Amino acid sequence: MPVVGRIVRVSGPLVVAEGMKGAQMYEMVEVGEERLVGEINRMSGDLAFIQVYETTTGLRPGEPVYGTGSPLSIELGPGLLQSILDGIGRPLSAIKEVAKSPFIKRGIKVPTLPRDKKWSFEPNKEIRPGAKVGPGDVLGYVQETPLIRHAIMVPPDVSGVVEDIVGEGDYTVTDTIAVVRTPGGEKKELKLMHKWPVRRPRPVARKFDPVLPLITGMRVLDTFFPMAKGGTGAIPGPFGSGKTVTLHSLAKWSDARVIVYIGCGERGNEMTEALQKYPKYKDPWTGRPLLERTILIANTSNMPVAAREASIYTGVTIAEYYRDMGYDVLLVADSTSRWAEALREIAGRLEEMPAEEGFPSYLASRLAEFYSRAGRAQVPGSPKRIGSVTIVGAVSPPGGDFTEPVTANTKRFIRVFWALDARLAYSRHYPAINWIMSYSAYVDLVAKWWMENIDPRWKQYRDEAYKLLLREDELKEIVRLVGTEGLSEKDKLILEAARLLREGFLQQNAFDPIDAFAAPKKQWKQLYAIMEFYHAAMRAVEEGVPVKYIREKLGTLLRELVMTRYKVPNDKVEEIDKLLNEILAKLDEAVKEYKAQTVAA
Amino acid sequence: MERVVREYTSIREIRGPLLVVDGVSDAAYDEIVEVELPTGEKRRGRVLETARGYAVVQVFEGTTGITPMGTKVRFLARTLEVKVSEEMLGRVFNGLGEPIDGGPPVIHGEWRDVNGDPLNPAARAYPEDFIQTGISAIDGMNPLVRGQKLPIFSGSGLPHNMLAAQIARQATVRGEGEEFAVVFAAIGVMYDEAMFFRKFFEETGAIKRTAMFLTLAEDPPMVRLVTPRVALTLAEYLAFEKDMHVLVILTDMTNYAEALREISAAREEVPGRQGYPGYMYSDLASLYERAGRVQGKKGSITQMPILTMPNDDITHPIPDLTGYITEGQIVLSRELWNRGIYPPVNVLMSLSRLKGEAFDRTREDHANVADQLYAAYSRAVELRSLAAIVGEESLSEVDRRYLRFAELFEQRFIKQGFYENRSIEETLDIAWEILAVLPESELYRIKDEYIRKYHPKYRRRRIAAEAEAKTA
Repeated sequence: MPVVGRIVRVSGPLVVAEGMKGAQMYEMVEVGEERLVGEINRMSGDLAFIQVYETTTGLRPGEPVYGTGSPLSIELGPGLLQSILDGIGRPLSAIKEVAKSPFIKRGIKVPTLPRDKKWSFEPNKEIRPGAKVGPGDVLGYVQETPLIRHAIMVPPDVSGVVEDIVGEGDYTVTDTIAVVRTPGGEKKELKLMHKWPVRRPRPVARKFDPVLPLITGMRVLDTFFPMAKGGTGAIPGPFGSGKTVTLHSLAKWSDARVIVYIGCGERGNEMTEALQKYPKYKDPWTGRPLLERTILIANTSNMPVAAREASIYTGVTIAEYYRDMGYDVLLVADSTSRWAEALREIAGRLEEMPAEEGFPSYLASRLAEFYSRAGRAQVPGSPKRIGSVTIVGAVSPPGGDFTEPVTANTKRFIRVFWALDARLAYSRHYPAINWIMSYSAYVDLVAKWWMENIDPRWKQYRDEAYKLLLREDELKEIVRLVGTEGLSEKDKLILEAARLLREGFLQQNAFDPIDAFAAPKKQWKQLYAIMEFYHAAMRAVEEGVPVKYIREKLGTLLRELVMTRYKVPNDKVEEIDKLLNEILAKLDEAVKEYKAQTVAA
Repeated sequence: MERVVREYTSIREIRGPLLVVDGVSDAAYDEIVEVELPTGEKRRGRVLETARGYAVVQVFEGTTGITPMGTKVRFLARTLEVKVSEEMLGRVFNGLGEPIDGGPPVIHGEWRDVNGDPLNPAARAYPEDFIQTGISAIDGMNPLVRGQKLPIFSGSGLPHNMLAAQIARQATVRGEGEEFAVVFAAIGVMYDEAMFFRKFFEETGAIKRTAMFLTLAEDPPMVRLVTPRVALTLAEYLAFEKDMHVLVILTDMTNYAEALREISAAREEVPGRQGYPGYMYSDLASLYERAGRVQGKKGSITQMPILTMPNDDITHPIPDLTGYITEGQIVLSRELWNRGIYPPVNVLMSLSRLKGEAFDRTREDHANVADQLYAAYSRAVELRSLAAIVGEESLSEVDRRYLRFAELFEQRFIKQGFYENRSIEETLDIAWEILAVLPESELYRIKDEYIRKYHPKYRRRRIAAEAEAKTA
C-alpha cells in the first residue's frame, strides 16, 4: 500500500513530508491537494525530502503527500516519435489541450503515449503459444512512422512461456497483446507499451567497440574529429559560438536512425523551431520529413528546475529503448551544464556540503553514469540485433572557461571533444570548432570504414591536412612578429593551402541548401583537391616559382575551389575532379610561363 | 488559495530583509504578507519558506525600523498580483504597479500573478517578422524579429539609453505601419536616467503607447526583483489578450542581478560564481523567456533588456548568463564611442540568432552581404593590429584596401545620427558602396548573381547602358 504523508516544510522546489516511513528512495509521489509530481531524494526517520517537478507556489504545511509505490518511470511504446515531451515525459501538446492555454499550468496529468490511438500490430510468426520467451524477444512489429518499424519486445524484467498472443490487428497501447506465464507461475499481460524506471540503464547482452563513423555531413567533424556510432562527445562553447546551430545540424543530418533531442534548460523558441521546421526538412538519408525520426524533450530554462534534472534520464531511457530494437540512436543533450546547475540547486536546498563552485561532490559520478549509457551493443533477445546509443552533450562553460567543474569533469568521460571558439565565431568562421583544441579518440577506429568505403588514401590525406593546419598556427605566431614578407616561399604556400582548407573545407554554412550537408564522398573529393593543389604548387615553389605568382595566375580558380562548397551538390562530385584537373593544368602553364619569363629576363 | 487573512505578532528573528515568524503553520509558499509597524506604516513581503511552526518572510521595502514588539504580520492568502489593463498605456507606475503620475488608480483590469506561467514550447509560434529599427549596424548585420529577446550589452557611460530610445521610436514592421506598444521598466536606475526616458517618450509623443514602471537606485532590492515581473505581466496581457505587438525594454539588468545577489546573501545561500546565487540562470530565464509569439494569437512580445557589463567584462556572470538565454546580443564598444562613433556597436561581438528569419523576408542579397561584411571587417581588424606592429607599408595592396574598407565601414555604415532612420534598402546600398572598395575576387561570400545585380560597378554600367539605349 503506497503511503500518505503530510507536508511539514516548503522551500522552493524542495518539500519535506512526515509519515513517509513506508516510502522508498526515488519513489514518485504526488504532492499537495493539486497532486504535483515529485520524487523522493532523501529519507530521514519518517521524513521524506521531495523534489517537486512543478512550481510549489501556494503549497502549505499540512497538505497531503501520496506515495505511488514506484520510482520515476517513463512509458515506452509506439507514439514516442514526433512528440515533444517535458522532463518527466508528459507530452506538451496534450498539456496544451488540457490547459486550454498557451501557458503550462500545474497539476496536469497526461500520459506519455496517447491512449486512444490504435496501432496496426503485426505479430512475429515464430512466437506461438507454448514458446519460451525472454527479455528483448520481439513479439511483433508496429509501423510507428514511415521511417521506423517499432519492435514490440518482451520487457527486460519478464520471461516465461507464452500462453496467448493476439493475431494481426489494431490495438491501443494498453490492450493486452500477449500473456506470459513466468517461472514463478505468475501470469503477465504484455501490452504494446511497458514502463521503465528512468534512472536505471536498460541491460545489453554485449558491448562492442565503436568502429562505425556517425556521419554528420559536417566536414570538420567527419574528417578531422569523427564521432563513432555508440560513442560519446561533448561540445563546449561560450554563448554565441554556434553551439545550438551545430547541435541542430547534428540532429538534422546525422545518419542515426532515431534522434532524441533534449532541450535541457535552454530556450523555448529553439524547441519550437524544431517542432515547426523538422516536419519540413527532409532526412538526407531517406528523404522523409525529419520529425518522423525525432523525439524532442523540452524542459526549457523557465520550466521548473527539478524536472530539468530528470529530463536527461527520460531522454537516455528512450534512446536505449530504440537501441534495443536494433537502431542507431543519437542523443543530443543541450545543455548538460543546465542539468548540473539543477543538481546544484537541489543539493543546495538539501543543505548538502558543496564541492567546487557549489556543485555537489557527486557531480562527476552522475556525469559518468550518464555517459556510460552510450555504446554500441548486441541487445538481449531474438532475433539477434545490434543497436547503438551515441551521446553528444553540450556544455555551457561560464565565461567560456573550460577549466570549470562541468567541462573538466565531462572531459574525463567523453572521447570526442568539439571545442567551440568565440573568436572563430566573431570572424564568422562556422562551425566555430577550434581545430587545435578539439580531439577525437575514434580517428583510428573509423579510418577503416573510410578507407574501405570512400578511398584507401583517406587517413594519409586527412593526417597531412591536419598537420598543415597545425603548422599554420605556428607560422601565424611568426607572422605576428615579422609580417608575412619574412617567411620563406614554402611557408607562404603552407599559409595559402591552410587558408583554402579553412575557407573551403572547415567552414560550412548550416543554412545553405547545398553546403549544409556534405556526403562523405564530397568531403573526400574536396580534401583531395585542396591537397593535390598543395602538392603540385609545392613542386612549383621548389622550382623557384613565387607563391604570389601562383596566386595571381590561379586566383579565380582557387575561388572556384572554395566555392565547390556551395556549387557542387553531393551527387555531382566528379565536378570537383574536373576543377582540380583545370587547376593543375593552369598551374603547369603558369610554371612554364614563369620559367620562360625568367629565362627571357 | 481560499483561505482567510491571518495575523501574527510573533516575530522571532530579523535578519537583513528577512523576518522569521513563529507559530504559523499554514503559510503558503510565495504567499503575500503585509507587515504593519507600530507606527502604522505598512510594508509588503512574501513567504520564502514555510514549515510547521514558522515562516520565513522577505520584506520588500526592507526591515529598517521593524521591531519584534508590536509589529503585526498579516498573511494575505494570495500571491503577488498586479492589476493589468490597456488603461495602463500612457501612464507611469512604481515598481509594484501603483500609479506615480498623479493620475487615478487603474480601475478596470484583471488581477494576475506577477510570476506568470512558462509558455508551452508546443504553443509558441516561431518569431519571423523582420523589425526595421532604422539602424544599419543592427538591421544590416544582426536584424531583429518580432518576438525575439535581444539584449544590449553596454558599459557605464556608453549611450545604451540613447540607442534603446532610438529603437523604441523607430522600430516598425514594414508593410504593417502598426506601432509597437512599449512597456518600459527602469530597474534601480538613477533619477536622471529615468527622466531621460520619460522626457523622450513625452516629447516624441510615444508616451501614449507606453507604460512606464520606475524603480530608482535607492529603492529596496526586493522591489527591483518585482519590477520586471510586473512589467512583463502587463506585456503578456497586452500581447496575448489584446493582440498588441509589445516592445519591452528592461534597464538595467545589472541592478536586478545585484539585488538578487544581495537577497541571496541575506538568506545565507551557497553562492555560485562571484557570489551570485546558483539559480541566477533560472531566475533570469524566468524573465527573458517571457517573450515571443503564440500560435493563434496576433500579438507578440519583443524584449530588449539593457545591461551594463561590470568593467566592460563580457565574461562577468551577468552578461554571460544573459547571453546563454537571450537570442543574441548587441554589444557596445567603448573604443568606437571614444572615436565619436554613434551608435558604437561592436558588430563582431554582436549576434542576432534569429537573423536568418529576417533575411528570408528582406532583400535577396541581405544574408550574403551581411556575411561578407562580417568576414571582411573581421579580416580588416586583424590586419589593423598587424599593421600597428609591422607598419602599413609592409602590407600587400589588397590588405591595404581592407584597411580602407574598415575605415569606411565604421564611418559610413555604423555611424549614423540619433534621428537618422535608414530603410533596409539604404542600409544595403551603403554596404555595397563600401564593399566595392575591395577587389571583386575577395567577395567570396556573395553569390555571383547578386554581385552582378547590386555591385555598384555593374549597376552603374547597367544604368549607363539603359540611358544609352534610351537616347538611341
